[in-house]
Amino acid sequence: MPMNPTRKRRLTIVLAILAAAAVAAVLVVLALQNNMNYLLTPSQVQSGEAAGYKTFRLGGMVKAGSIQRSGDSLKVTFTVVDAGGAMPVEYTGILPDLFRDNQSVIATGHMDGARFVATEVLAKHDETYMPKELKDAMAKAHEGKQVKEAENESGMENR
Amino acid sequence: MTPELGQLALILAMLLALAQSILPLVGAWRGNRALMAVARPAAAGQAVFVAMAFGILAWAFLRFDFSVQYVADNSNLALPWYYRFAAVWGAHEGSLLLWILILNLWTMALVTFSQKLPEVFASRVIAVMGLIAVGFLAFIIFTSNPFGRLLPMPGDGADLNPVLQDPGMTMHPPMLYMGYVGFSVAFAFSIAALLGGELEQAWVRWARPWTNLAWAFLTCGIVAGSWWAYAELGWGGWWFWDPVENASFMPWLAGTALLHSALVMEKREALKIWTVLLAILAFSLSLLGTFLVRSGVLTSVHAFATDPSRGIFILGILTIFIGGAFTLFAFRAPALKSGGLFAPISREGALVLNNLILTVSAATVLVGTLYPLLLETLTGDKISVGPPFFNLTFGLLMAPLLIALPFGPMLAWKRGDLLGAFQRLYVAAGLALVAAVILFYVQHGGPVLAVFGLAAGFFIVFGALADLWYRAGFNKVSTSVAFQRLAGLPRSAFGTALAHLGFGVTVLGIVAVTTFETETVTEMKPGMAVEAGGYTVTFDRMMAAKGPNFTEDRAHFTLSKGGVDMGEVWSSKRLYTARRMPTTEAGIRSFGTSQLYVSLGDPMAEGGIVVRVWWKPFILCIWIGALVMMAGGFVSLSDRRLRVGAPTRRTKSVKVALEAAE
Repeated sequence: MPMNPTRKRRLTIVLAILAAAAVAAVLVVLALQNNMNYLLTPSQVQSGEAAGYKTFRLGGMVKAGSIQRSGDSLKVTFTVVDAGGAMPVEYTGILPDLFRDNQSVIATGHMDGARFVATEVLAKHDETYMPKELKDAMAKAHEGKQVKEAENESGMENR
Repeated sequence: MTPELGQLALILAMLLALAQSILPLVGAWRGNRALMAVARPAAAGQAVFVAMAFGILAWAFLRFDFSVQYVADNSNLALPWYYRFAAVWGAHEGSLLLWILILNLWTMALVTFSQKLPEVFASRVIAVMGLIAVGFLAFIIFTSNPFGRLLPMPGDGADLNPVLQDPGMTMHPPMLYMGYVGFSVAFAFSIAALLGGELEQAWVRWARPWTNLAWAFLTCGIVAGSWWAYAELGWGGWWFWDPVENASFMPWLAGTALLHSALVMEKREALKIWTVLLAILAFSLSLLGTFLVRSGVLTSVHAFATDPSRGIFILGILTIFIGGAFTLFAFRAPALKSGGLFAPISREGALVLNNLILTVSAATVLVGTLYPLLLETLTGDKISVGPPFFNLTFGLLMAPLLIALPFGPMLAWKRGDLLGAFQRLYVAAGLALVAAVILFYVQHGGPVLAVFGLAAGFFIVFGALADLWYRAGFNKVSTSVAFQRLAGLPRSAFGTALAHLGFGVTVLGIVAVTTFETETVTEMKPGMAVEAGGYTVTFDRMMAAKGPNFTEDRAHFTLSKGGVDMGEVWSSKRLYTARRMPTTEAGIRSFGTSQLYVSLGDPMAEGGIVVRVWWKPFILCIWIGALVMMAGGFVSLSDRRLRVGAPTRRTKSVKVALEAAE
């Protein structure tokens, strides 16, 4: 059946849109499979939830007094804690400005035995701000009443 | 002036905005001219009261009125006056006030320059602007009052977030909002056209320059934000694919697509429905951008001052405006007639390809930004999608655009000659490849694939120049005649060429800095030196210094190349005293378009310090290219045919434009 020019043009455009969308969808799915990082707390990791993830993000507080710098290199070790667990972390490089004791941090990296080797460490952005997802993850990890109450106070009202 | 007056002004502004939106809509519907005539004076009244509210807040900052909670939270006795003024939009409440102020600027520009539009259409457009104002004013008044009191009044304020105390950051929000909010004009035009059920050719002649202006501002805003992140955060990166950055980038992509599809609509009366849809999309993404930055729903490195409860309200605004617009579109769009035919290989075809790639890549950015949020809502899993995701998807999707771009302007409308375009471009392509190979060889290092990226950048630059070359006819007529013709080309031709050229320069900068940059992280003691980009960076000493509201440890570095002194650079770690907040101030030194970037880490034993030294070759090209793109937008806008301004000559130029279009 011969097609009139309008229909032919429409068909071309629709096919082009479908092709572009298909290419994009395939790319997105592939890229998501390889580049998605889960956020876990130390207690979640210790209960085995990190099994199966090569790279993930570890979130929690820096344990007071746990920061140790190696004298001759840029290696730093510290412990990240949440209410139910603790995880030793090793990192080589420059830590963010706000990194200090009792600071909430998110480290990206992988497990090496019982240690977490970080490739990137982020600290919370200012005093009044705690990443919401970190707060939620910590709450979910312990389901602890105290933690939740504390969060409701600090979370809803940021000042 | 007491802050309560500001609150009162906002309430009055909202009442006027209600009048500005409801009465003219009813008037346009019933054909009542008296009701339609309310639109302009109501808009003017609203603008006066919003400006008043903004002025009162700015005044409270300038005279240290810490009895206002917002002022106390975001300024300090030691904060210099220019940062106190910029602090007006330094946090949530004030930045919304800036948003609404800019909305009023755009509305007033519309009111002034729309007097030649048909009355029914103009009053609908102004009414839609009024509706947007109602939404945002209600949001400010009910959830985010910047004039709330703090009693008893504290002796000093908590200071502006130190990372915002930077020239880039003072520029960034106003420019960005000029862009975001500017898309509301095209949006209002679309809604008004859909309400009226007819899409005049005049629609696009009016909507395009406004979009052009908004797009240029948005480009500038993104540049300022990117420069700020680079210079102020001290991480040496210029783009992080952070949700907040994506929030500004998506409207830009949609707006860029809109500029190009509006061109097809104006010249060929095709793609009408699509253009209206893009206008709605661009503003929807702008609203989403405001939502993403201001609700704190997404994790983000620069989400400061967040309050999830406000998210509900913005979600409501989003639902009403985006949902309403798309519903209206679904009902009314089929009534719009679509026009001119064209072959796939043609100027129109090239612009369709442009639109396809831009919208699809905007969609992937949207997926990457919202997918984590969606997954968390559905399954409770917390994930993050990092830069590799965006680099892979966005990068691959953009690749065909880079190659196709120079061909577009070479193709004729309706039916183009691809072979002819090849013949005109092979010199540019050849030169681009040679330039890329030379650059790659000189810089040595990096993956060979980078040659193609560099060649693509050069190809776009040379292609834009070739476009002007052939338009002026340098290949056909004598050089002097060609120069005369070049001078006589319409400004929009230069605008196109400049914007494309700028894009090529940006691509070059991105590829070059990604491929050739070097990073050294090391502990340095006084007297030690590191090499970067052929320069020797020697650490001399640390010294303590004091600024108006901070103390700092400054490190002094001397630069040399082959034994020749090349100057010095200071890099410091600051402690802002009011918030006890440390920041890193990178030391940046430019050599041509390349930069040395020195930032400090932790102090070590025996006077040593961790130092991070980057060599960033051609990095300035990224921002220079984007600014050239912006300039292209402004040059296009100055084209006689599209001129928005020039009130005294307007009658004449509109007539000329109408005649030219016929």
